[in-house]
Amino acid sequence: MAHLKTEQGSHDPGMHAERLAGRTQEVFFSPVEEANLVYPGSFEVDFNERAEFDAAELDIRAINLKIRELMSQGRGTIVVRNPLAKHSLGVGILNRLNLYFEGSLGYFGVGLIDGPNVRISGRVGWSCAENMMAGTVVVEKNAGSCFGAALRGGDLVCRGDVGARTGINMKGGSIIVGGRTGVFSGFMMQRGRMVVLGDAGKNLGDSMYDGTIYVGGEIASLGVDAVPGELTDLDVAWLERKLEQYGLEAPNGVGNLHKIVAGKQLWNYDNLEPAEKKMVL
Amino acid sequence: MCGIAGIIHPGKTGNVGGELTSMLQALRHRGPDSSGFAVYGTPKQGELVMRLKVAEREDLSTGFDIFRQIEERRAEVDRRIASMGGKIVAAEEVTEYAFRYRLSFDGDLRRFADYLEDIEGVELLSLGDGLELIKDLGEASEVAHRYKLEGFAGTHAIGHTRMATESDVDIRSAHPYWAYPFRDISLVHNGQLTNYWTGRRELERRGHRFLSNCDSELIAVYLADRLNRGYSLEDAMRASVEELDGVFTYLVATSDSLGLAKDVMAAKPVVLYESDEVIALASEEVAIRSIFPYEIDTTDPYEGEVRVWHI
Repeated sequence: MAHLKTEQGSHDPGMHAERLAGRTQEVFFSPVEEANLVYPGSFEVDFNERAEFDAAELDIRAINLKIRELMSQGRGTIVVRNPLAKHSLGVGILNRLNLYFEGSLGYFGVGLIDGPNVRISGRVGWSCAENMMAGTVVVEKNAGSCFGAALRGGDLVCRGDVGARTGINMKGGSIIVGGRTGVFSGFMMQRGRMVVLGDAGKNLGDSMYDGTIYVGGEIASLGVDAVPGELTDLDVAWLERKLEQYGLEAPNGVGNLHKIVAGKQLWNYDNLEPAEKKMVL
Repeated sequence: MCGIAGIIHPGKTGNVGGELTSMLQALRHRGPDSSGFAVYGTPKQGELVMRLKVAEREDLSTGFDIFRQIEERRAEVDRRIASMGGKIVAAEEVTEYAFRYRLSFDGDLRRFADYLEDIEGVELLSLGDGLELIKDLGEASEVAHRYKLEGFAGTHAIGHTRMATESDVDIRSAHPYWAYPFRDISLVHNGQLTNYWTGRRELERRGHRFLSNCDSELIAVYLADRLNRGYSLEDAMRASVEELDGVFTYLVATSDSLGLAKDVMAAKPVVLYESDEVIALASEEVAIRSIFPYEIDTTDPYEGEVRVWHI
């Protein structure tokens, strides 16, 4: 884990925007080291080795075990046909992998993953990619609520509409929504970036600590401590690169996206903990 | 956590009993305590359909002399129907404690329902032209089999699989709720209302009667009250989203409509599939997939959304 000594060092990768001061923790992931991270017990896979299976008659546990079994055989590209909106599929994968779901996922799909590139041709239910650490997840249709809850890294993309509380408590990474998003999106967001190309529901960015939200359509209302920000050249460059990467376009051009950031009036981090207060007194 | 589901076939009938059974069975992990169905068949001119129970299922194993009491209660039901000027067309013993009546009656429905409900141990589950309400303890497939619902043909249906959080595990507290005594209005709900007692008191002062302490019944009675005052179903539902406090997603059915409403926080899930032939809704997509096991496009309705579909 690298210790990035300067603000510039942590701002450049787009990890956060706030000025580091006081007691704020100054330890961040190094993109270089993160790319080389391999978990104990992870499998050596070859992306050219492809396997596919039909999940229609399998239960959740059997499907996840099948994916693991195929990874253990070195298969780096796995296609799961007919997932039929079952819950908790593809969770906890800490491996390099190309994983394709031909169909829709239910709740908690591909949560807690670190590394795989996932494509879902259908829709996903609530809490897709919750706590995702790294990799990419692309959903071709719509997504339910709590999309990317507590996301920590990687790119999470939905080409259609998503439900309420998108990116709630997200701590890093990027969420990109091609359509609209529901109420309380970005609630208690702490780091990372969220892009909504359509409309955003009420209370957008409520109680957000940091991070950035970009919206292409109408914003029903901003939440507490969420305020408009100035779009910078760095924002525009990042947005153009990301949207092009996923074949998406801002409805009125990247330069016309609304930028929302934290007003930071709720920040109170430099207060002493009760135990420390006693020592001072 | 509970599971709700609904289906409507605009312009035609379908096997709504079988379809709803599959959907609720797929949601069994959301609540194992009881299952309930409100299915809407084709009304027969001049006939009402009444579903009632004269005992709780658990009474059969614990109640002293229960079978004699069941006979007596049923005889009293028949006597009171006749005394009110009703005529029994057919009476079917669906289980040992639950019955289905087809009858003719053109008097005051509220008085009629009150008089039958007044018999100890008797509860009217539904009374209307097309609505048949079935609810009992156990999984959806067991209940559907027990009540011979698998092949029920109708226009629309809503159902519920219940995890009891705020009231008892018994048939009375199971969903769906009939908006007593308004014919053909039923409701299923997933969520919690936080202004239940305030709302109940207001409706009781307007003359409504509650059969349980379950917050879901409040929504059914609230909507029936508004419909009775001339609101359209959609307007009544929009008012409910404004006035009811808490987190909720509910489905309501009338003789010719199926409605969905979601609270302003969008805290309770529902997934919607719409086509020209059928509209299906459920707490989880896996329920919809149980009757459409191929790729379909579904959406999540948004906060405060109200939708109504007609047969």
